[in-house]
Amino acid sequence: MFAFIINRILQALPVMLAVALISFAMFAYVGDPVAIMLGQDFTEAQREALVRDLGLDQPFWVQFATFVGNAAQGEFGLSYRLSRPVAELIAERAPATLELAFCAAGLALLIGVPMGVYTGLYRHSWLSRFFLTFSLIGVSLPTFLIGILLILVFAVWLGWLPSFGRGDTVQLGWWSTGFLTWSGLKALILPAITLGLFQLTLIMRLVRSEMMEVLRTDYIKFARARGLPNRAVHFGHALKNTLVPVITIVGLQLGAIIAFAIVTETVFQWPGMGLLFIQSVGAADIPVMSAYLLLIALVFVTINLIVDLLYYAVDPRLRIGRGKGGH
Amino acid sequence: MSNLAPLLRVKNLRVEFPTRRGTLVALDDVSFDIAPGEVLGVVGESGAGKSMTGAAIIGLLEPPGRIARGEILLDGKRIDNLRYEQMRRIRGKEIGAIFQDPLTTLNPLYTVGRQLVETMTTHLPVGPGEARRRAIEWLELVGIPAAAQRIDSYPHEFSGGMRQRVVIALALCAEPRLIVADEPTTALDVSIQAQVIALLKRLAREKGTAMMLVTHDMGVIAETADRVAVMYAGRIAEIGPVREVVKHANHPYSAGLMASIPPLDRRVERLAQIDGAMPRLSAIPKGCAYNPRCPQVFGKCRELRPDLINAGTTQAACWLYDTEATRG
Amino acid sequence: MAAAVKRFFDSDLWWSFTRSPVTVLSAIVALVCILGALFAPWIAPHNPFDLASLNLIDAFKPPAWEEEGVAEYVLGTDDQGRDVLSAIMYGARVSLIVGISATLFATFVGVSLGLLAGYAGGHVDSVLMRICDVQLTFPSILVALLVDGITRAALPREVHDQIALFVVIFAIGISEWPKFARTVRGSTLVERNKEYVQAARVIGVPSARIMVSHVLPNVVGPVLVVATLNLGLAILSEATLSFLGVGVPPTQPSLGTLIRIGNDFLFSGEWWITIFPGIALIAMVLSVNLLGDWLRDALNPKLR
Repeated sequence: MFAFIINRILQALPVMLAVALISFAMFAYVGDPVAIMLGQDFTEAQREALVRDLGLDQPFWVQFATFVGNAAQGEFGLSYRLSRPVAELIAERAPATLELAFCAAGLALLIGVPMGVYTGLYRHSWLSRFFLTFSLIGVSLPTFLIGILLILVFAVWLGWLPSFGRGDTVQLGWWSTGFLTWSGLKALILPAITLGLFQLTLIMRLVRSEMMEVLRTDYIKFARARGLPNRAVHFGHALKNTLVPVITIVGLQLGAIIAFAIVTETVFQWPGMGLLFIQSVGAADIPVMSAYLLLIALVFVTINLIVDLLYYAVDPRLRIGRGKGGH
Repeated sequence: MSNLAPLLRVKNLRVEFPTRRGTLVALDDVSFDIAPGEVLGVVGESGAGKSMTGAAIIGLLEPPGRIARGEILLDGKRIDNLRYEQMRRIRGKEIGAIFQDPLTTLNPLYTVGRQLVETMTTHLPVGPGEARRRAIEWLELVGIPAAAQRIDSYPHEFSGGMRQRVVIALALCAEPRLIVADEPTTALDVSIQAQVIALLKRLAREKGTAMMLVTHDMGVIAETADRVAVMYAGRIAEIGPVREVVKHANHPYSAGLMASIPPLDRRVERLAQIDGAMPRLSAIPKGCAYNPRCPQVFGKCRELRPDLINAGTTQAACWLYDTEATRG
Repeated sequence: MAAAVKRFFDSDLWWSFTRSPVTVLSAIVALVCILGALFAPWIAPHNPFDLASLNLIDAFKPPAWEEEGVAEYVLGTDDQGRDVLSAIMYGARVSLIVGISATLFATFVGVSLGLLAGYAGGHVDSVLMRICDVQLTFPSILVALLVDGITRAALPREVHDQIALFVVIFAIGISEWPKFARTVRGSTLVERNKEYVQAARVIGVPSARIMVSHVLPNVVGPVLVVATLNLGLAILSEATLSFLGVGVPPTQPSLGTLIRIGNDFLFSGEWWITIFPGIALIAMVLSVNLLGDWLRDALNPKLR
């Protein structure tokens, strides 16, 4: 078990390093940070001092090592656009994004999985057809359009819910939460639906197709031939086998939620990391972009690790004689 | 044997598959009985309808296949028209099933013990503790060494032959009176096949379980079955006591089939073979389905489809044994 | 040729097409979208880019069926007095051009690298697939955003504005090639071990020719499915990028740009400036996705 985790962490390291290399390359070679930081008027001495301060006179690998070392300590330099430490900017905005992503993921899982199971089991019922049609529309609707439609109906026409911002937040140490105020919760509803809807339909379709795949297997046929009740066949044998592939993709999708938050945050002017990122792309604010990239990579690697552990818990074939048992 | 009231009676069974190019008839007018404790072997080429018959009996035909006509009776009661829930109570409890490939028949995520226990607690009035005790007994009975430890193993920790033994235990553990075994040894190594068949035969005898044994292995049939049914293109070509069918087959197809088995007691230069191939279900010829390949074909065979007729020691669906047809 | 046409109408593909009313309907919708976009300069009621014809008196006209609507502007006008319907037709043109070009680009890159990986095997294969794996873990919209952000930072503003359209196509194409590479590699591995390919290799047919003439035809089906499903995704990606304001240049507004512009007027009640381009976008993507779904099922009868 322990060896398994260590193994997975070792496998994740090259990926993180590769992403760090890309971030660093962006940081070091795209645009001219010195020119941007100095502004219009500067002397040659000032320029040289800055180059030395930034370590730009060092060889590539030394610079990269410094970059990785700094990044590991959460040190990403100053934002070109806002002239404030990138780490500070991100820490300020992370709670907003994480709370939003958490709600959206919960929504997608709690509704998407049961819908997928239902449509996989009762393929021809009219409710399944309805869910499928709904899911196809969900997949074809761009996130920003869902947000706009929800704003139009619930904020502009009905006036029930706010259309932008987080509402009132409460400060818990460095974490600012919207969960504890009425206006914060109300502000969360539309963005969470917007962000979760696409993932919900995706998870539903995935669970459905996996369920159909599993229901065709011999061991399900054999379970039926043994006269097990439908409930045991469907929710015991079939669902558990469906979980194995579903966990992987759902894990990745949850990571994707944080990335997709960019769009939702733009539509709702939600003060999170995504909004920060998109403003940085528009302004070519490289330090923020590379920090965000690294952070997202870290989130994905972490989620991957959790997915692997869940896999390990669900599938006994991984536990013994790893890699050779099974099919 | 036939003086006993039959345990299973299949009457004029017809299974159809609706497709875009019309309806395919997968089984047509199939009738046979199985007496309590009897082993009926079912042989034939792939696609002759052997497995389909088994699936129809346990009520698990793959959609869109459906029983279009005929009856299946267990103990004189119809089971082909039962609702899913009623039929479920019969499956496993009254009729057990064994599938072809033990590698795919067991749920990979549950221990074999759990699969045995759930089968028994579903059908028998036993609690989990008692079921577990019996599960160990069953594993011992089918020859799993160190059953008390192995009960908590997952299927992938067993070899193919061992897994098929587990499948046999699963099929028998609720003590059904009939087993439908669909090619139970085909996927196994040759050296294991004989062991598994011997086990199956022994257990069926000890428990008094009747069995429908689907296979294309004539050796298995000769050794295990009491009677044998030869199927061709969705119909029964000949049915009778195993000794008669193997030694003195009456239907030209079964005769050809038997002639293609290498005899062990003498040398032959060349094994007989049947020319041509079984027709596809969408292109079954008029008259007897076997007529294009039959060496003894005559006029009526190309016109009318024969039903099973008494042919001395067996029953054969062949005009040769219809006194009027041969005279005319 | 006539025989080929006849064979097509006889095929299972055509049969399953005619049997599915939803598919036929989406084919019609897709065709209407494509034709409307293609012939926009000739059939659009107005030219939204002809500044001379714009009149601010016509600004914010609601759709024709609303009380203050005018028949001349069926779907109303925006803040500049531009006809929304015409803007949609021109915008759909940009969306389709970017979507199709990006998909073609991704197909080309993905198929080539997939063939290479599957056929060459060894290190080439593992390196390429590792790249695919890593990239696939990131959502394609994020990759596209990054590529766009980097080019934006690397190029001087004037240059970037001039080639913005190509940057978007490149960014979206790059974000989607791994799916094609995966599909093609899988099929290539299967084909590579078939006897006829082995035989071709034994008699000394060059590898490149084996790949193109033997392996490629066998991967056309799956690639077509992936491409259709990806076309919808590419159109969505473009719309999203443009909505975020980093996509196509404002001088060539796509549907996404129109939605972004209209979004500013949502609160003052001029909903039609946003909603109609949105509906057009949904219709286009939905019909393409439905066609893709059908194609996947039709070429994969086992899933039925």
